[in-house]
Amino acid sequence: MSHADTPRRSRSVDWLRDALPKLVLSPSIVLVAIFVYGFIAFTVYLSFTDSRILPSFGWVGWQNYTNLFRIRAWDTAVTNLAIFGVLYISICCLLGLLLAILLDQKIRAEGFIRTVYLYPMALSFIVTGIAWKWFLDPGIGLEAVVQGWGWESFRFDWIKDSDMAIYTIVIAAVWQTSGFVMAMFLAGLRGIDGEMLKAAQIDGASTFALYRRIVIPQLRPAFMSAFVVLAHMAIKSYDLVIALTNGGPGTATEVPATFMYSYTFTRNQMGIGASSAVIMLMTIAAIIVPYLWSELREKK
Amino acid sequence: MATAPTSEVITPATGTPAPPGRSALRTHLPRVVLYIILALFCIYYLLPLYVMVVNSLKPLSEITSGGMMSLPSDWTIEPWGSAWSTAQVGVEATGLRPYFLNSLMMVVPAVAITTILGALNGYVLTKWSFRGSTLIFGLLLFGCFIPFQMVLIPMARMLGLMGLAGSVSGLIFVHLVYGIGFSTLYFRNYYAAFPTELVRAAQIDGAGFFTIFRRILLPSSGPIAVVCIIWLFTNIWNDFLFGASFSDFDSQPMTVALNNLVQSSTGVKEYNVHFAGAIMAALPTLLVYIVAGRYFVRGLMAGSVKG
Repeated sequence: MSHADTPRRSRSVDWLRDALPKLVLSPSIVLVAIFVYGFIAFTVYLSFTDSRILPSFGWVGWQNYTNLFRIRAWDTAVTNLAIFGVLYISICCLLGLLLAILLDQKIRAEGFIRTVYLYPMALSFIVTGIAWKWFLDPGIGLEAVVQGWGWESFRFDWIKDSDMAIYTIVIAAVWQTSGFVMAMFLAGLRGIDGEMLKAAQIDGASTFALYRRIVIPQLRPAFMSAFVVLAHMAIKSYDLVIALTNGGPGTATEVPATFMYSYTFTRNQMGIGASSAVIMLMTIAAIIVPYLWSELREKK
Repeated sequence: MATAPTSEVITPATGTPAPPGRSALRTHLPRVVLYIILALFCIYYLLPLYVMVVNSLKPLSEITSGGMMSLPSDWTIEPWGSAWSTAQVGVEATGLRPYFLNSLMMVVPAVAITTILGALNGYVLTKWSFRGSTLIFGLLLFGCFIPFQMVLIPMARMLGLMGLAGSVSGLIFVHLVYGIGFSTLYFRNYYAAFPTELVRAAQIDGAGFFTIFRRILLPSSGPIAVVCIIWLFTNIWNDFLFGASFSDFDSQPMTVALNNLVQSSTGVKEYNVHFAGAIMAALPTLLVYIVAGRYFVRGLMAGSVKG
């Protein structure tokens, strides 16, 4: 408000006042424009070049992609991601829902139990990986302990077994995240209208029917959010695999994230690494973009 | 819609009358069974923590002889001392201490700057919104979800060009860039519920952009700042991918050093030292969770229920 000033001064003040919010926002926009979208463009471009140990700009068309899908390790990685993703998401959802329903029965020590179920979420995947790595190690962990208790024939060596190792990653990942899914469902349960339940009960609905017909359908938004979060975590999962099995035994637990890293930085096949990253991005975008779109549009 | 209220949902049921469906289940399912099931799950979630703690307090021989599940018969804190200051991490026998400090030096500035930027962005996007601001927000937010494998290659080069390669400052920068989306999300959703009339009234009284922010919004931003700080702190402290990709031997964060300690052990695998190290890496975030668990949950929820 500078009525006393000369018109010229006032105009520049006005301009500044109008532009200030955008000026404040602009550093973030510039950073994200370069480091997210610029970098995405750069990596997409690299995926069409003959880059090896360093970026190079010889155009090779789709060759990296055709090669990628011929590499057996990539095939393993994708299969593993499918197995891991499906089991991880479904077990987390089922377990989360079960625990949320159980905890919603006016439990005495609810606060404490919730804390216990949720704390793994605060840990690094590296810590989780190390804890489970040694716990599942047949030489010192569960197998050795149970055998020590007298059950000599007890076997649990999945982590050393190429066919079963991927399931140990599911075990550790479910342990880490299922409490969080429980919290999401619990939040959903607490938001359900008690009147409707009362009405259904007066109509003689059994408890089971009550949950199946009324409660669970109303948890759809919570399911949606849980699915998006879990799917996104599954596709990005890297640390846990590194800490738990380091992709092994052999390449048995290779996933796209570890594949990308090793092809780019240790095998010097940057073009192929870039193309695998692009595939990962596409998969995540297919899940996240519709979700963000619907969330942000509703809001408007 | 996940403005601050979303988070309120996890309130204890005590005090509110039980909806009838819940009490119906009560009569069908004996409470004892219910509590036993809940207790079993408590054991399941606590077991790895138990394993880490007890085995970090016993001599190696007790672990290798099949005693992983038992309490130490010979209590010792030696593994902790070793993990902290003498264990062989990578090339040198420095223990995890320097890396713990690296993580601290990385996480504090990264969290502080990202939170301030997020608060300002949220303020602009809600109280000074303009055509296209929702689109801009969407684009910022999408940046949090991309697989970071997409940015590893160009970022490695860019950090080199900026003279930040292999340094803690480089990691701070990387975390700042990829944390902005979330911090903006938190403050935007929080400020969206803040009465715009107050802002307009202050404007009519002649208050400027920053005055309004400092005097009107900032004083009530405590709760969301806590949520944002906790979220960023846990995420950045626990990060492994960026740390492994962009740090040198002397700038590695805790997670990377811990992984090196466990994976690369030449000779005898000192499980007790590994467990002690793992707890050290977990302690800061666990502490935050125990002290401010409520806010931690809010952060998680707001991060998943957007909009």
